[in-house]
Amino acid sequence: MIEQIDISMVNWARATFALTAMYHWIFVPLTLGLSFLCAFFESIYVRTGNEQWKKLTKFWMTLFGINFAIGVATGIILEFEFGTNWSNYSWMVGDIFGAPLAIEGILAFFLEATFFAVMFFGWNRVSKKFHLFSTWMVAVGSNLSALWILVANGWMQNPIGMAFNPDTARFEMQDLWAVISSPVAISHFVHATSSGFLLASLFVLGISSWYLLKKRHIQFAKRSIAVACVFGLLSSLFVAFTGDEHAFITARTQPMKLAAMEALYDGQKPTGLVAIGLINPNKQPGDDKDTFSFKVEIPGMLSLLAKRSFDGFVPGINDLVFGNEEHGVMGVDEKIRRGKIAVATLGDYKGAKSAGDELAASKALTLFDEHRDYLGYGHLESAEQAVPPVGLTFYAFRIMVGLGTFFILLFLVYGYLMEKRQLENKPTILRLGVLSLFLAWVASQAGWVVSEVGRQPWAIQDMLPVTVARSNLDSGTVAVTFFLFLFLFTALLIAELKIMTKQISIGPEGD
Amino acid sequence: MFGSLDWSTLQQLWWLIVSVVGSLFVFLTFVQGGQTLIMTIPGTEDEKTLMVNSLGRKWELTFTTLVLFGGAFYASFPLFYASSFGGAYWVWLAILFTFIIQAVSYEYRRKPNNFLGQRTYEVFMCINGVVGVLLIGAAVGTFFSGSNFTLNDYNLVKWLHPLRGLEAAFSLFNLSFGLFLVFLARTLGALYLTNNLDHDGLVEKLKKSSFNNLLCALPFLLYVLVSLILMDGYAVNPADGAITLEANKYLNNLLQMPLNLVLLLAGLVLVVLGVVLNRFTASVRGIWPAGLGTVLTCLAVFFLAGYNNTAFYPSKADIASSLTIYNASSSHYTLTMMSYVALIVPFVLAYIAYVWRQMDGSKLTIDELAADKKSY
Repeated sequence: MIEQIDISMVNWARATFALTAMYHWIFVPLTLGLSFLCAFFESIYVRTGNEQWKKLTKFWMTLFGINFAIGVATGIILEFEFGTNWSNYSWMVGDIFGAPLAIEGILAFFLEATFFAVMFFGWNRVSKKFHLFSTWMVAVGSNLSALWILVANGWMQNPIGMAFNPDTARFEMQDLWAVISSPVAISHFVHATSSGFLLASLFVLGISSWYLLKKRHIQFAKRSIAVACVFGLLSSLFVAFTGDEHAFITARTQPMKLAAMEALYDGQKPTGLVAIGLINPNKQPGDDKDTFSFKVEIPGMLSLLAKRSFDGFVPGINDLVFGNEEHGVMGVDEKIRRGKIAVATLGDYKGAKSAGDELAASKALTLFDEHRDYLGYGHLESAEQAVPPVGLTFYAFRIMVGLGTFFILLFLVYGYLMEKRQLENKPTILRLGVLSLFLAWVASQAGWVVSEVGRQPWAIQDMLPVTVARSNLDSGTVAVTFFLFLFLFTALLIAELKIMTKQISIGPEGD
Repeated sequence: MFGSLDWSTLQQLWWLIVSVVGSLFVFLTFVQGGQTLIMTIPGTEDEKTLMVNSLGRKWELTFTTLVLFGGAFYASFPLFYASSFGGAYWVWLAILFTFIIQAVSYEYRRKPNNFLGQRTYEVFMCINGVVGVLLIGAAVGTFFSGSNFTLNDYNLVKWLHPLRGLEAAFSLFNLSFGLFLVFLARTLGALYLTNNLDHDGLVEKLKKSSFNNLLCALPFLLYVLVSLILMDGYAVNPADGAITLEANKYLNNLLQMPLNLVLLLAGLVLVVLGVVLNRFTASVRGIWPAGLGTVLTCLAVFFLAGYNNTAFYPSKADIASSLTIYNASSSHYTLTMMSYVALIVPFVLAYIAYVWRQMDGSKLTIDELAADKKSY
């Protein structure tokens, strides 16, 4: 299908997408959560009529607006990058993948864009209630947008509701509802959006803590923390719950990703969970080296999380790569063999169709149908290619989970101290709150590293490797784009940070 | 309802939907056109800020419509999306760059400590208004003038020109198309601002500007129209999908689709009418006939490119690789499902119109902006 695969081009394209997505995800989670927090603040203002809450709402809205603009700027690139850098992908799955992107535009972006103007400039142009309605609509629109893009991403992680059409050599949708209601997509959506709520709560809590440390805007800060604490605690608990469910689904749909997340090479029954560990960097699939030079393991816990049973078998990387007959796991080598047959018979089928040889076409199609489930593996050259970067996935997962647990405790401590009216007198806790503002982004980015690095080498899980999904570009072209984006996004990020820190230093009194 | 329609009907329906979204986008480029006017029209800083804030209440709608245009093309004609974006790489990236820098410019322009300075963000807006619109026009021009690409047996694109799409801007036809859109956007921008601002001095200047920009647009429009009438086009045989070169294809299309000819002429007349009303009467509502005229004209252009068995994305290098609404589309199932989704669009347009009406009930003044410290 692809005559010459330029691996370095693929890697530049992956780097460019990772760069764009990671920059985009700096701004998006804050938009997702802060939009709701602004709606909460304004609801209290409308309900109480207290002008202090209006001032508070307008302050957080200012920061929301600064962040929102750059989120929009980086977002447009992601949509079009599928076309520019991953054009084979766009053609082969555009039938399925394009649909949620179009629906996102119709259902979510217009809602956001229309009511955004009212939210910012409508204070004196529309009624108080219509303004509040608009603020809520911005929050709903932002999060609806996340739903559709995560439906698209969820489909890439677990392609369902479609079939490969050998006549067009592409994947075509058969059940839109199956795509939308995919458990992977829904679990992605609830986990990612609630993590955005959590991040935004820490943003409000962190800045407010800084005000308390500086003895500025005391009442404003306390009010903000009170709302952020409740929203943040509920969100962080929900993040933990959905994260557990997400891992459970991953065990079924992407066992290789789960094995990489846990650096599990040899599946056992039961399988323990490595809470903390240091991976041996020289460890390779199939060798007999120790995986960890140091580890703290909880016996049976991974079996419980992945299989909901203390003695469930969780396949490791070696089981998945080399196969495990005892547990009915087919090895990647065998999948590659079958996939090569699928690729070859697809070529035979198309050739026979072009030549008008219906008999040969029918024979080729029958053989293709027997092997079509392994089509994606036909583009791999070795079984090891099916293994994602283990160390990065493993450590990113622990950073995310560790920080997530810490955030729950932080919100509990803040809630307790607020209740006892002692928060202002606890500078260490307040400093921890300020620090958590930054840690929230570390956790959030780590989560996406697990999700996306952990599913390599697949653009579509088991169906289409990134090497086939790419555009027909040379590596130099994509490398230039990478650095252009890096330069532009960094300049805009610096601008955003400078503007935002200035607004924070001015504070609500400057409103 | 849609499921019972045959595939070609759905393909034509989706070309209509994409055309409507594309035409609305061109109308909404009044934002981009207005952005180029802030360099020349305002006499004072307050006047410039007034113009920027008026445009700033609408820029997201334009941006969102562009995103929807991309998404709709992706879902309905993915082979075009893949071939054009993956092939004409640099022209699309250049367009996107201008929209990235636009997206932050309103919000950051007058914020303290904004790193690049107010003037830089204003230049960004101007680049978006000139370069962005010009290149979009050049890219759409290739719907008629063609591009240098081939598709292999698996429909994977290979672009044959080293400039990867930027070469479109060096064709006189495409360049004229782009410049026409730039001056049309400026005309619409001036019309929109005339209607949205409460400032006698500015309104007077904008009225003149709308007329002058229309005059500038006319030669390019004329060149595009004459070229279209004279040029050969790529026809597709609906029976076997074979593509052939047909003399005066677009003239034939106009004659064989008289309704399209009416759309084109009515659209152009409405644009001129809107500008003339605005310039020579006390009316400030010229944006509405001109806006409607823009939409009708663009619809006619899109119909000309895609209907009547025409290849809408011709390949000059390999005629068989040319894209038609039949060979570039999604499956019957996807088009059916997306057609149901598209039924929501009228409701979306309705709430946009309602909110727009609420927000624009009174015209924007310098005094209002002075009282609002969060203004752009």
